[in-house]
Amino acid sequence: MYHYSEFDADFLTARNRQFRDQVARRITGALSEDEFKPLRLMNGLYLQLHAYMLRVAVPYGTLNSAQMDQLAMIAERWDKGYGHFTTRQNIQFNWPKLQDVPDILDALEKVQMHAVQTSGNTVRNVTADPLAGAAADEIEDPRPYAELIRQWSTDHPEFQFMPRKFKIAVSGSPQDRAVTKAHDIGLRVIKRGSEIGFEVFVGGGLGRTPMIGKTLCEFLPKSDLLPYIEAIISVWNLLGRRDNKYKSRIKVTVHEHGLDEIQHRVAERFAEIKPSFGGLDQSLLARVKACFEPPNFKSMNLKSFEATYAKDSSFRSWVDINITTHRNPNYAIAEISLKAHGQTPGDASSSQMRIIAQIARRYGHDELRINHTQNVILPHVHKADLPAVYEALQIANLTTANIGLISDIIACPGMDYCALATARSIPIAQRIALRFKELKLEHDIGPLKLKISGCINGCGHHHVGHIGILGLDRAGVENYQITLGGDEGEAAALGVRAGPGFSTDEIIPAIERLVMAYLQLRKNPQEIFLQTYRRVGLAPFKAALYPAANAPKDTV
Amino acid sequence: MGIIINDTGFIVDKWGSVSVLEIASDVDPNHMDILADCQYIRINFSNFTDGRIFSLARLLRLRGYSGALRAAGPMISDQYAMARRAGFDEVEIPIDLALRQPENDWLARANWQTNDYQTNLRATVNNPSKRRG
Amino acid sequence: MVNWKFSKVITANALHEGDVVYLTKKGTWTSRLQLAHVFRIATEAEKKLYAARLKADQVVDVYLADVRRNDGEITPVHFRENFRQTGPSNYFHGKQNEI
Repeated sequence: MYHYSEFDADFLTARNRQFRDQVARRITGALSEDEFKPLRLMNGLYLQLHAYMLRVAVPYGTLNSAQMDQLAMIAERWDKGYGHFTTRQNIQFNWPKLQDVPDILDALEKVQMHAVQTSGNTVRNVTADPLAGAAADEIEDPRPYAELIRQWSTDHPEFQFMPRKFKIAVSGSPQDRAVTKAHDIGLRVIKRGSEIGFEVFVGGGLGRTPMIGKTLCEFLPKSDLLPYIEAIISVWNLLGRRDNKYKSRIKVTVHEHGLDEIQHRVAERFAEIKPSFGGLDQSLLARVKACFEPPNFKSMNLKSFEATYAKDSSFRSWVDINITTHRNPNYAIAEISLKAHGQTPGDASSSQMRIIAQIARRYGHDELRINHTQNVILPHVHKADLPAVYEALQIANLTTANIGLISDIIACPGMDYCALATARSIPIAQRIALRFKELKLEHDIGPLKLKISGCINGCGHHHVGHIGILGLDRAGVENYQITLGGDEGEAAALGVRAGPGFSTDEIIPAIERLVMAYLQLRKNPQEIFLQTYRRVGLAPFKAALYPAANAPKDTV
Repeated sequence: MGIIINDTGFIVDKWGSVSVLEIASDVDPNHMDILADCQYIRINFSNFTDGRIFSLARLLRLRGYSGALRAAGPMISDQYAMARRAGFDEVEIPIDLALRQPENDWLARANWQTNDYQTNLRATVNNPSKRRG
Repeated sequence: MVNWKFSKVITANALHEGDVVYLTKKGTWTSRLQLAHVFRIATEAEKKLYAARLKADQVVDVYLADVRRNDGEITPVHFRENFRQTGPSNYFHGKQNEI
């Protein structure tokens, strides 16, 4: 993975010093709260419902054991002993105190981590395929490009006070595991002949007005990456609405001006910007790529793995469900579920983080990933080591075998933590997971992506869930709307609203009726929920959600 | 009338009665017509969160403007490095804002040429690009 | 003039800790809703709100929140304020854990 140059290290030292000074000036009143707020946001510090929240960047979701250990230490020393992994591959601490944050940033700096631009109207953490470098279908590792964009966007003088936030995701495979079409800019590595380039999507987003990204450029040569992105963001920075924050994102700008107009402006701006790039970025790219070479894959005997697989049913279940095929046939990609039934999705305690770090060091070539689904991934594990990994994970209660199943729920923090929320999402996630565990149906149901957002901003990605749940406030009471048929992959689609919302008491039985309907309607056990929905449409599911006896008026 | 700031701190306004092209931060960048003999441009903004000024400054420089370029509005000192990197030569802020942001706050950001990712990334391989101004 | 429907407290987050606080009758900040001053007169509340917002070295995000009085106990009207008063529902963290 990437290692800081002296330049990177110097930047961070100066940046942290500036923030420490900004905190001091806020306390003395030299900076008003209005002035301090964007400054603390661009250093990742939110004010939430009960406390501050610090969002630490995990660039393109990649970290090593030393970094995971440091996060564990920070959680213990300055927080309540746990952290929350997010849908943008970051980690959040929910209880820091303002005066401790400069010290936390210094602690992060020691392991080459930071919270720069994880909030605010800036270019945010660039996310990437969490299976980068390990997936069998990969064309090229997207992370060097993500790292290049990260550097280019860091403290960019033009883009610190934009109309709104700006999110970029990069995928290196035909299969899109980075949800690129739901980002302001999505980049997909493609090949044209022998030349590597990008398909560039623009204007995706999952909030108030969800939209699937549109192709802005079908093939962007990789040497044009930075000037082209700069052109897009420059056009939007000047054109994006600043009068209404709900209409500021580039998806609305594209919608209001039309894709052709935006394409035209970007092309013009690109022509102006490109000559100012001298080519050093490409030689830096070469140095960065060298940091992402595959590890020295080991050779080991698979007999003990095969024996354990044959005789230990819970190990077998974990392998069958949580392991993905690696490009090296003797290796495995192991996903560690942070969705134990009844637990808060995406949370890990300090001791769990340490155990994960230790496993990565010992069995995982010291590499970890954070999935946008809020789980942790060991991308490179020799199959022969899987039994030892499983045993170590058991100590930390991290062997839930539910990756991709109904209880592998994405849930935003919701009203339990977030100042923007209109309803809670965590208890709904907990109860759904427990219910389906109780019913013992998870494995039978098979792959089902259920995503819950606690407000219309959609941080839980509910729009692209096979089943999405949106928590709203209806007359002062929590109310949950269901959407169906969303898809976050390369064939991205937005879910369709099923009908009127359900109360906190009604939502779990409603989900149960929905899933039971699927089990009845499916052609065969191989047809997953999404496929059945696409085949039979909304009507049968709607009938299951709203049984005729209590058919409500379908109010909007 | 405000306080003029450059890398040396608070300075006397040297523009006097020169002919200044005033540009508003919401100008359409395609309609920013600069006459060939224009030597003084001031970009005006009314809120420090208006980040358009930085992109406008950059565009002016990319398009070959080499005269004096000033940002006028309620900028906070933490934005000084952005302003210089984007292409502004100096900043003009209201006097009451200067009372809360003494000269030292601005001098603390006068080292804007260090830790500059973007200039580094735009450099040529053989000759690191020299910043104009 | 008392509007019997107007019943609000002034609430904010403490600048340093970030935790939820309420304005008392004396003008100090307390973390306990039961010690908050309940405003029954809109003009008085607005005046105190303005003054509270000036205490930028103590608190941030100051606003008025509706409350009821049930048998002398102050309860929030909206469930969001209930959470601010108690803490999250997934862990025993925050105010509910500080007696």
